[in-house]
Amino acid sequence: MIEVLPESAGSGTHGGALLEVDDLHVEFRTRAGVAKAVNGVTYSVSAGETLAVLGESGSGKSVTAQTIMGILDMPPGKITGGEIRFRGTDLLKLPEDERRKVRGEGISMIFQDALSALNPVFPVGWQIAEMFRIHRGASRADAKKKAIELMDRVRIPAAKERVSDYPHQFSGGMRQRIMIAMAIALDPEVLIADEPTTALDVTVQAQIMELLAELQRDSNMGLILITHDLGVVADVADKIAVMYGGRIVENAPVHDLYRNPAHPYTKGLLESIPRVDLKGQELYAIKGMPPNLLDMPSGCAFHPRCPYRQETCTTDVPPLHTISGTRGSACHFWREVLDGDAQ
Amino acid sequence: MATPSEVVLEVRDLVKHFPLTQGILYKRQIGAIKAVDGISFDLHRGETLGIVGESGCGKSTLAKLLMALERPTSGKVLVGGKDIAAARGSELKHMRRNIQMVMQDPYTSLNPRMTVGDIVGEPYEIHSEVVPKGDRRKRVQELLEVVGLNPDHINRYPHQFSGGQRQRIGIARGLALQPEIIICDEPVSALDVSIQAQVMNLLDGLQKEFNLAYIFIAHDLSVVRHISDRVGVMYLGKMVELGKDTEIYDRPSHPYTQALLSAVPVPDPDGREQRERIILQGDPPSPANPPSGCRFRTRCWKAQDICAEQEPLLEIRDKAGDHPSACHFAEAADVVHVN
Repeated sequence: MIEVLPESAGSGTHGGALLEVDDLHVEFRTRAGVAKAVNGVTYSVSAGETLAVLGESGSGKSVTAQTIMGILDMPPGKITGGEIRFRGTDLLKLPEDERRKVRGEGISMIFQDALSALNPVFPVGWQIAEMFRIHRGASRADAKKKAIELMDRVRIPAAKERVSDYPHQFSGGMRQRIMIAMAIALDPEVLIADEPTTALDVTVQAQIMELLAELQRDSNMGLILITHDLGVVADVADKIAVMYGGRIVENAPVHDLYRNPAHPYTKGLLESIPRVDLKGQELYAIKGMPPNLLDMPSGCAFHPRCPYRQETCTTDVPPLHTISGTRGSACHFWREVLDGDAQ
Repeated sequence: MATPSEVVLEVRDLVKHFPLTQGILYKRQIGAIKAVDGISFDLHRGETLGIVGESGCGKSTLAKLLMALERPTSGKVLVGGKDIAAARGSELKHMRRNIQMVMQDPYTSLNPRMTVGDIVGEPYEIHSEVVPKGDRRKRVQELLEVVGLNPDHINRYPHQFSGGQRQRIGIARGLALQPEIIICDEPVSALDVSIQAQVMNLLDGLQKEFNLAYIFIAHDLSVVRHISDRVGVMYLGKMVELGKDTEIYDRPSHPYTQALLSAVPVPDPDGREQRERIILQGDPPSPANPPSGCRFRTRCWKAQDICAEQEPLLEIRDKAGDHPSACHFAEAADVVHVN
């Protein structure tokens, strides 16, 4: 993470973003009503860049990722608007067989819980090798050889002996490495990591994050890191999109966001986390609870919990105001939030 | 804790081995999982002792032993001078009034078929002498108010509450018998960040109000630092370092504590390039077959021959400051702060 590659400074080979999500809307039709999980999400990631998508449970961060991968359960899910462009083509308009080629080779994903994401009845080597057999038409022997190479690359000790072991024979950290091996098997250009370290212990988390950073450096992948952990984000991200109630409420380069948040929710989050390097007094607590997706508050979804609330917040949905070139905040009063005077 | 007050809980050489057996009809013991292997500490009135460690280090077994939900293989847990591990029957029941627990998962630790009033009031069914029957409902409503819930919701069921509110119900149940000690086993790890702060502030406030002593078990070192007066670090069933929060966090001396602390991501991107990480290799060994001597030696960068031969005791060492550390080569170093 120390050296900065010259080409990672912004634009990829295609003169801009590799993957762009544009005004995406996703809802779930349930018996209890329509849950609006994603309400106009826009973000992009370039080669070599790390975008962190930060949000609490129910904020729509994982649904957005599943929609990008095309693994959303439909029904009950339904994409009601927007585009997902990979190298300029809208993935949502592609037929399934072409979509399948993008999956794994163009964009791939690792999941939070490696034990339930891996198939318990097949050896891990077989599952990694499947990528080569299906996408590349490799023979069983060749595919197995490549699986061993990949297991070496993600630093699983004694890969050759362990290639025929089953997922339950590995520890949590090793399972996550196996999933990373599957995800990088076909050299994807974009890797989506959905809470990759949440289920792991902190020393193992550090190992996995280091591995991801190293793989990204080697292959100049774009990385979308979905997490709720402000500490992990601060360590690795280049830019951040903060989600709340299915919308992006703030996006910013990492240093700007931590130094001076422009949305009251981001500000509240930063003040509410205990820190290992400081002994705080009472923590600031954001009042209330995250919104119910079946019954979203009118106007700004954050207004019932917001210290900056005014009349207009209850009626008008704030657009994502541009603060500067790369910063935006979906708050009517972002100027006041930046200056830091709450009522 | 400026002045150490009365000791409410003493733990002495606590050991819990779970037998590993082989065979179906003729079971024979082929080994033991050494979940907790010789732990001693004191807990004072009104203080919080944080216990940190990775999964499998024995911290939850420790919690169960303190509650007498598991019987120790050997060792003592003294509550008010009496050994809860040796108590039986009505004596045990009486002692348990004084030591209550808040569980990790607010979704599975509340019975979905009981109302909130029944859940919070259930301790009074068992310890009927605490509050007379006619006053119980009123007392439960008071408890709900204390933990920040609406007392009118007494007839609701757990599924009608959010995760943070359910954890408050669990805390109200823990408070019902007015214990001196509450054991919190990962009380906030299942909650969202913005809700975590609410629950931690509540625990903090209740401690001041009722002069409670907490054993706060968690894997999140930032959370433990925030709430604890003293912190114990566990590794494979042993306490490797024990000290005041500032001693553990600003001057850790055991290599494991240092590695653990340096692995915690700091929510501040400034200076992230300068921060030096101690990345441990591999996973913790199995507690069924721990390494000889020092249990951390297989992952330790300071390990020498002596570490395999001689087990380091938890004691005060020359270069390690004023708090005990179980390492032959203990040396205090700040690993968290960047200059």
